[in-house]
Amino acid sequence: MPVAESTLTGEGLEITWERNALELEAVSFSYPSWDVLRGVTFRLRYGEVCSVLGNNGAGKTTLLKCILGILKPSDGVVLVEGDCALSLRPTERARRMGYVPQRHDGHHRLTVFEAVLLGRKPYVNWSAGRRDLEVVESVLGRLGLSHLSLRYTDELSGGELQKVIIARALAQEPRIILLDEPTNNLDLRNQVEMMDILRSEARRSGLCVLSAIHDINLALRYSDKFVILKDGRVQRWGGPEVVTEEAVEEAYGVRVKMVDLDGVRCCLPVAPGTSGNPGGKSQ
Amino acid sequence: MTVKEGEAASLVDAYRALARRKALLVASLSLGALALAAVALTLGSAGLSLADVLRAVTGRAEDTVYRIVLHIRLPRVTAALLAGTGLAVVGCVMQNLLVNPLASDYTLGISQGAAFGAAVAIVFLGAGSTQSTTLDAVWVRNPYLVTLFAFLGAILTTLVVLGMAGLRRMAPEALVLAGIAMGALFSAGTVIVQYFANDVQVASVVFWTFGDLGRATWKELAVMALVIFPVTAFFILKRWDLNALAAGDETAKSLGVRAERLRPVGMLLASLAAAVSVAFLGIIAFVGLVAPHMMRRIVGSDYRYLLPGSAAAGALLLLASDTVGRTMMAPVVLPVGAITSFLGAPLFVYLLLRGRGR
Repeated sequence: MPVAESTLTGEGLEITWERNALELEAVSFSYPSWDVLRGVTFRLRYGEVCSVLGNNGAGKTTLLKCILGILKPSDGVVLVEGDCALSLRPTERARRMGYVPQRHDGHHRLTVFEAVLLGRKPYVNWSAGRRDLEVVESVLGRLGLSHLSLRYTDELSGGELQKVIIARALAQEPRIILLDEPTNNLDLRNQVEMMDILRSEARRSGLCVLSAIHDINLALRYSDKFVILKDGRVQRWGGPEVVTEEAVEEAYGVRVKMVDLDGVRCCLPVAPGTSGNPGGKSQ
Repeated sequence: MTVKEGEAASLVDAYRALARRKALLVASLSLGALALAAVALTLGSAGLSLADVLRAVTGRAEDTVYRIVLHIRLPRVTAALLAGTGLAVVGCVMQNLLVNPLASDYTLGISQGAAFGAAVAIVFLGAGSTQSTTLDAVWVRNPYLVTLFAFLGAILTTLVVLGMAGLRRMAPEALVLAGIAMGALFSAGTVIVQYFANDVQVASVVFWTFGDLGRATWKELAVMALVIFPVTAFFILKRWDLNALAAGDETAKSLGVRAERLRPVGMLLASLAAAVSVAFLGIIAFVGLVAPHMMRRIVGSDYRYLLPGSAAAGALLLLASDTVGRTMMAPVVLPVGAITSFLGAPLFVYLLLRGRGR
């Protein structure tokens, strides 16, 4: 990452794809008796798709919440487009970052259109205007949800609902989207579709995509960058080259073999390792 | 509204048509409530025509008619519209803030807390007196003091509810069970307070248990309006925030909503609105539960429509209940709280069953 390596303030920089969309500098977060994140540092540029890897409890969700400002880091700084995340007004933060949480309530009688329109909240003062409605229409079209737009969300399948949640986050027109295990509970086809959508959004508009993900192979297939977390520390971060057999074994406590399949790197578990958590790659 | 819209029409237009339908529905419900109000003014032991009522309101009627309309029927109808609006909005908002479809002022014991506070103010602090006649079981001298104490009682309960909801992430059913326990506690407290009054009458106990719209005077109605209208306006202003909160706390925060602030502030304002209605009318059960759920089925959970829709439905429901209560067995007037329980409980069960089938 040669660009903007030394400029953490980002003052006066033009918005270019070369610039960092997101920078974390020594971010730590602790509960009274537990250090969840310890000195997390990495940087992402516009248009990059990044996967956060690590076993359950490694701190992936906490990391996303710290970036969003839902949790306040006990130390370190999160720069969103060059501005300290905590100094931004909540509405401004919401215009820059969208979030797809792991759990969400789909039991409301909202039509798909209304559910996605909610993403316009950071822009709406009194009522949704023409442009808000058009953004929703466009997002629904890109995600292939147009035919469902007047259906109620409590009548949708899991895959459709997940797409609606992502559509809502995209309707925020964020520069960065954070996703907490977006492919959880989805079938194979929907997993691939979801990642395809996210990558094409990144390529299309320079959206920076950061997702916590359990499926290493899906991550390898679709991501440009990787952050490997272990016990709240960044073990490695960088391009696909950092996801090595050793790195995965260290992070998950499982011996794996990396193989090349038609030019795509794949990660296969060999046998449970002795160190740490053999079931670490469950779910 | 699962109709497949034409593929050719743009989504924006299709959505706008849906939004118009919803807005129209809310508007016609509101008009329905006003129309029913006009009819209710003509109903009663003294048969009046719509023309009589109109003359009385414009001050051109004879003295008796004028008195019946302006001092008996109009306050009663106004009370129904006000309390119906207030209680429905309160229930609608509490269901959102506590993420609990069973929440309402009544099911959480907040109304019972308010009744206890009002009883304390009236019996111990001389804000009114309990009397021996059934018709005027409780007489309020100082509506402000009564409101204040009703609010204190409601706040006390609300804080306990918020504490339990936040502290232990209680299941919705468990929270309501706790609310019922608190309601029982406060109801018992209210009965005991009555026994300290000079003139112990069962009538005054009944007053608090089954709300009646016939007690409020114009002065008390003014206090109610001064609380209920601003509170309703506040929540309508916050309708996008409520929508965001319905999608979960984390989503709400990621959309720029200060959930940790909106929740307690909203709950306190809602309990204030419930308290002011309980203080002057007694406990009116189920309106806050049934009206919002009816509207959820009809216009959906989007608070832009659900909130005004619930307000209109609540006003309509309470007015209809009261009109039935005072004409069904005339000249006997049944307390409206009893009627809403009769109408509300089965309807609620029906809605729940229908919801299961979807």
